[in-house]
Amino acid sequence: MIFDFIEIFFTAGFWAATIRIACPLIFATLGEVICERSGVLNLGIEGIMSLGAMVGWTAVYLGADLYSGILLAAIMGALFGFLHAIFTVYLGASQHVTGIGITMLASSIGFFSFRLILPSSTTPPKIIPFEKLDIPYLSEIPFLGEALFQHTPFTYIAFASVIIIFWLLNSTPFGLSIKMAGENPMALEAQGIDVLLVRTLSVILGSSLMAVGGAYLTMSAFDAFYFGMINGRGWIAIALVIFAAWKPERALLGALLFAGLDAYQVRAQQLAGAFIPYQFFLMLPFILSIAAMIVASKRTRYPRALLIPFRRGERH
Amino acid sequence: MINFRLEERENRNVRIQILSPFIAVFVSLIISCFFIFLAGVSPVDSLKELLIGSFGSRNAIAETLSRATPLILTGLAASIAFRAKFWNIGAEGQLYAGALAVTFFGTGLIELPSILMIPFLFLVGAIAGGLLLLPLVLLKNYFKVDEVVSTLLTNFIIILLVSYLLEGPWKDPMSLGWPQGASVIDQGVLPQIVARTRLHLGFIFSILFAMLVWIILSKHLIGYQIKAVGYNSSAAKHSGIPVLKTIFIVALLSGGMAGMAGVTETAGLKGYLTLDLSPGFGYAGIAVAMLAALHPIGVIASGIFLASIYVGADAMSRSMNVPSYLADVIVAITILCVLVSLVMNQYKFKFSGLKK
Repeated sequence: MIFDFIEIFFTAGFWAATIRIACPLIFATLGEVICERSGVLNLGIEGIMSLGAMVGWTAVYLGADLYSGILLAAIMGALFGFLHAIFTVYLGASQHVTGIGITMLASSIGFFSFRLILPSSTTPPKIIPFEKLDIPYLSEIPFLGEALFQHTPFTYIAFASVIIIFWLLNSTPFGLSIKMAGENPMALEAQGIDVLLVRTLSVILGSSLMAVGGAYLTMSAFDAFYFGMINGRGWIAIALVIFAAWKPERALLGALLFAGLDAYQVRAQQLAGAFIPYQFFLMLPFILSIAAMIVASKRTRYPRALLIPFRRGERH
Repeated sequence: MINFRLEERENRNVRIQILSPFIAVFVSLIISCFFIFLAGVSPVDSLKELLIGSFGSRNAIAETLSRATPLILTGLAASIAFRAKFWNIGAEGQLYAGALAVTFFGTGLIELPSILMIPFLFLVGAIAGGLLLLPLVLLKNYFKVDEVVSTLLTNFIIILLVSYLLEGPWKDPMSLGWPQGASVIDQGVLPQIVARTRLHLGFIFSILFAMLVWIILSKHLIGYQIKAVGYNSSAAKHSGIPVLKTIFIVALLSGGMAGMAGVTETAGLKGYLTLDLSPGFGYAGIAVAMLAALHPIGVIASGIFLASIYVGADAMSRSMNVPSYLADVIVAITILCVLVSLVMNQYKFKFSGLKK
């Protein structure tokens, strides 16, 4: 019995599932990292992911190709990010209330438009999602090939985006501006750089990544859009940002760790489902997210200007 | 880029402050017309249907007020918490905690005459909602776990717990099809207050609680302490206000109000616990509180208003073929419009032309 639970780790399917489950979280966590690094908490994440999932899927359903679907989801995310930035960056409104408002707005507009396009269909129609793309040679390696190199192009994009965001934050002048906007906006302003613009661009970029994370669910992980399919992934990503200490590389690690536990949970459920009700397995991701924040609490250091609106000419 | 700055107003116009929620509602309805337009129907006709659906008949009014009951309570929950800048976004979970308490105590475990049974159910519901928040206050205090995230995540945990209980040990064996809890005993059911409608005693309770919260916040020392903690918690600490204790009381009051929303729905509207007891009353409570500018008496009015949007939108979607999600769109736009009006009350816009 106990060996069955250990054996899960030795199946390539488990590792492949881990990577699949991690992808939406990778996009969402990276997006939130960029927003918070610039000093803006983006609680619009859950709704923006939901809207991204809906827009990407609908675009493909109505005839667009898959990559245009991703692009449209990203553009929609960017629009809602811009709306968020108008409120939190330019008007300096409460980031908490704005974020919840954006989440409610983005998800309800998504549901509303989905119902307009597809009036009451009992079984949601399906699209042809991204298909597996085997990486030449690498995918033929036993075990590792199946676990790591037989995924959809969307999955490879997720991993590539970690590298891009890492590079952006750590090696470009714009990345430095983002970090300064979140740590010491006065100093950034003194350099003659527009803090409000830097923050706005960060929230736009971050929000479009969140929307792409949502689109992964409907275009690569599954092939249909359901109401409530984000199911708290956005909130989990916010916990992961804290766990990752606001670093893209640790966001990847956190998302993979988390996804691994989730993939394990699904398989353990099949073994132990007779003894433990499935709801307790489904609770695990949420309990683990809270636990992750407790574990990280010792070294948690929020960006110093997080939640503080920047107003020109005002002292802080 | 347009160059502008916000300048703090020296004297705020009280009349504009009172008018601003109405302006915010007006603007959000106008923006919502765009979405009705997208659905291919006339916005004027739709809004008329919405109004008739929510206030057009005795039954419609009763339905609106019964929908307002949980919204007023979750609105109070958000008002109390947000005043202290304690971001309790977990009213949804606390509502279900209250409903669980009603199902545990009110379906036969304890039998009292109605006059005691009903207050008892409100009490256990409030305690359950408040207790759910307390560990999260400790996590915030000792482990810096942000309450926004912890309360949001707890919502999902509680709803899964409800799902487990309703499919497992608490499943009513008499129910067919959808899982539901056992019925609340007759002594515990909140009586109808208008014949042949669904309006029940819970509505009166919600108004009384709003008044009680208003008295506590405006007349009692704790109201002042909550305000001080919300305005500047470190300054409050230095001036000798027990910040942690204040937040504890805020959590108990806020969670308690949300828990009682679970009581009114379980013991009043439905008579038993279901998994779809709340279609997001906890989240909508945030909109209720914001629209009322966190004022407990204002919460009564804004709760009734938002309830009329939900009830009216249901009626409208039946007759005009506009998806009922429009109600959620209107509520979300209202939150954002209120935010703009709050900023405009506090600051003046100073435009200084275009840059470059």
